[in-house]
Parts: sequence; structure tokens; C-alpha cells
Amino acid sequence: MTPLDAKRPLQLNHQGQLQHFLSLDGLPRELLTEILDTADSFLEVGARAVKKVPLLRGKTVCNVFFENSTRTRTTFELAAQRLSADVITLNVSTSSTSKGETLFDTLRNLEAMAADMFVVRHGDSGAAHFIAEHVSPQVAIINGGDGRHAHPTQGMLDMLTIRRHKGNFENLSVAIVGDILHSRVARSNMIALKALGCPDIRVVAPKTLLPVGVEQYGVKVYTDLTEGLKDVDVVIMLRLQRERMSGGLLPSEGEFYRLFGLTTARLAGAKPDAIVMHPGPINRGVEIESAVADGPHSVILNQVTYGIAVRMAVLSMAMSGQTAQRQFEQEIAQ
Amino acid sequence: MSLPNPAELISQMAIDLNAHLNKRGIQEPRFIGIRTGGVWVAQALLEALNIQSPLGTLDVSFYRDDFSQNGLHPQVRPSELPFEIEGQHLVLIDDVLMSGRTIRAALNELFDYGRPASVTLVSLLDLNAADLPIRPNVTGATLSLAPNERVKLSGPTPLTLELQDLSTDSAAL
Repeated sequence: MTPLDAKRPLQLNHQGQLQHFLSLDGLPRELLTEILDTADSFLEVGARAVKKVPLLRGKTVCNVFFENSTRTRTTFELAAQRLSADVITLNVSTSSTSKGETLFDTLRNLEAMAADMFVVRHGDSGAAHFIAEHVSPQVAIINGGDGRHAHPTQGMLDMLTIRRHKGNFENLSVAIVGDILHSRVARSNMIALKALGCPDIRVVAPKTLLPVGVEQYGVKVYTDLTEGLKDVDVVIMLRLQRERMSGGLLPSEGEFYRLFGLTTARLAGAKPDAIVMHPGPINRGVEIESAVADGPHSVILNQVTYGIAVRMAVLSMAMSGQTAQRQFEQEIAQ
Repeated sequence: MSLPNPAELISQMAIDLNAHLNKRGIQEPRFIGIRTGGVWVAQALLEALNIQSPLGTLDVSFYRDDFSQNGLHPQVRPSELPFEIEGQHLVLIDDVLMSGRTIRAALNELFDYGRPASVTLVSLLDLNAADLPIRPNVTGATLSLAPNERVKLSGPTPLTLELQDLSTDSAAL
């Protein structure tokens, strides 16, 4: 970053375009809409016989996953491949870090492989931001999920899903249900819905799974599922993150399902044309009934398809923003 | 320099295109306009030819060769081709042919949909820069511009041409 713009957010370049994609926090509505519009165009590419465009030809995208993932990792790989980039994926959780290498050293090694872009997933909140601060200036960082903090591409693919099924955000009621406390998806969704002008955002969870001060996101809090789902257009179910539970937050999974599991009967309280979303992987019988997950309201598999298009949009926009920023800095230097 | 009136060019182009297609023995060609100006020209041409067939639209933003210099166009929209490309005779329509780079990108994109039997290139104006070996089969007018000059088409109704001076008009950049 040049000293000229010390107050500029790290993920934006001098023209306000993406140069990293770390969090949806602070991104203007216009930029979120641009991501959705670009993703719409990439969806059309995904429907063709040849699902590939030459946009990132010659670029190298490196997926660095310090935490397990199937959907996010594979859809990022597919997205980069459909943009004609060269793609490598490192599951760092099973490699050198277990031998004691620091995050910093791992990064330096990856940089030496001349990657143009890193997609990073990490168990610590703020990891992607840390990497973006310390990486060489021409490398773009995309956050593929960091701790409990953010999962911005999931947030945007959820927004694309809502927009494609509901048209806009202006008159919608959206309920986010389940383990809000541990969910970076919930955080990204609350921020995106607010920025895109959704007037009624609800979070529905037991008190123990709600973060302190969740109201600051401009959401209404419900601790009763029936009440929280009343007349909503969109239900976003969250996975119960058992691996992040440090004990004592829930009496039992059975109890959670009885009170907060999405069943056909409970869904009947929502609008008749309500859609049901879930970032996956779904725990059948823990947060969602199979009949709902596989039922007519479910758009869970559409989300996966939209995820590729959103990731193509973000990868190409961040690469584009990096290029513009380097040119700008060169001009200044001259 | 005075610029021609697009409406007058279109009627002559319709005659020339008909002659070209007849000469090549092409029946039922598929019409494709390149967003945005090319789509307007294509619509006007179809009207002049009194042809009702669906018009394909192409947005070549994902195929441009200047991505690493200029980045992604912020208003990219989906291409829509409401017909098969494989084995078809295509008429590809653009507003202004300059370097030929847009056409190269458009051809690359079209070939990702299938292998057309032929492509006829129609362009309202030919600026004859010819950085690439790409020439129109049918054109409304050929112009020579100074290096700092550009032509901009506004539309769709009416179609009007405007000369822009890059050295004074920053908006044109």
C-alpha cells in the first residue's frame, strides 16, 4: 500500500476495486452488486459445452487449506480452472505445519512458487487478513474461511442464491437458524444482507449459541424457531459445528433437533414459496430433516453451482484490481 | 470531419449483406451482435432486411486479450445465443472495427459453443487499423482517424455517431 492512502481498507485498491477478498465488512452495496452481476455472467459460462474462459490464462492460483474442506476447496479449484488458471491445492493441515513450520514460512515458500493468488482457509480468525498484510504486493489473497470471523465467498453465493430465487432484497424476511456463535457464514450473511438492503434479518438460536452483541449487525434475535420462521421468504440453516464446541453449550443433539431442527411442520410457518438454504455439509436429523433438505423448498444444491460462479467472479475481480493497482503504483513511481 | 448517418449506412449494408450471402449460397444465417453497439447495429440490420429470426448477443469481456492491462470490464453480462452454433452459418455484427481484437475475442468465444460452418463479419464502420488480419465482409463506411480520435456509437434509437478526441476528452478514456 502506498502512504497516499493509509486509511484505505486493505482489500480495496486506489479505485475502490477488490484487490484481495477478505471480508464483506465495509464493502459498499455497489461492489457487492457488481460481484453478483459478474457471477451471473459466469453462471452462463457454466451452462455451456465448453465451461472455460481464458481470463486468468497464465496465472497461478494456489489454494492453501489449513483446515479441512471439500465443497469450498473443490469449487475454488473448479472456478480457477474454468478461468484457465493453473491451480495447485495444498492441504497444509496435513503437511509442514504439523512439522512446526510457521504460517509465515509456509507463505514465503508458496510465494517462491510464483503464485499470483492464494485462496486461504484457516482455523484462526484474521488469518487471511494477516497474510494479505505480509504477502508480496502483487499477490491477491482470497479468504476461503477464517475461524469464526468470515467466509465472504459463501456469503456472496448465498446472496446470489437469494437474488436468483427472489429477485431482490428490498422486501425480504430472512431467518438464519442454528449455531450462530461458531458460524463465519452467519457473520458474512448478516453483513451482506444488511449491505444489500434486506429489511428483516432474523437470527434464530438457543441463547448459548448466540454471540454477545449480535444485535449490532442490525438483526432481530429469536430464541423460538416457530416465531423466528413466521412468514419468512428465506431460511438459512447452519451446520451445528460440533468440532468447535468447547462443551456445555448444548444439552444434546437430540434436544437441539427437537427445538431448532428444521422439519416440514416447522417450515409450514414460513411463506409458501420460501427457500431453504444450507452451506453444507448438512447434518441430517441434527439441524435439518431429510424431507426438507431433499424437498421442493430446498435450494441447497443450487448453492453449490452458484458457488463456482461467485468464486470465478471474485478471483477475476481481485486479479483485475491487483493489476490496476500495480499500474497505478508504477505511474506514481515514474 | 463529418461522420455518416448510421441509418443511411444500414440500408446499404442490408443490400450488401444480402448480396454477400446470396453469392456464398448461405441460407438461414444466424445473426449475432457484439455487445453493446454491435447489438444495436444488428437489430437495425434485421429490421432493414425484414428478418424475424432471433438475435444472439455476445459479451466478449471474458475473452479479451487486454485483461492483464485493463482488467475486467465492470459491466460484463451473459452472452445469449438462442440457437446452435455447430454447423451454422453465422453473421457476426459489430459497430466499429478497429484493431480486430474484439473480433478475435468474439471468434474464440463462438468456437467454445461449437464449430460454425462459416462466419461473415459485418461492421458499421471500418477504421482500417488492422493490427490483426481481420477484415469485414460487409461494412457501412471506411474512415481514417487521427491517432487521438475515436468514434462512439449511441443508440439504439436513433443510432448516432460521435467523434471523440482522447487528448482533450477524458471521459472517452
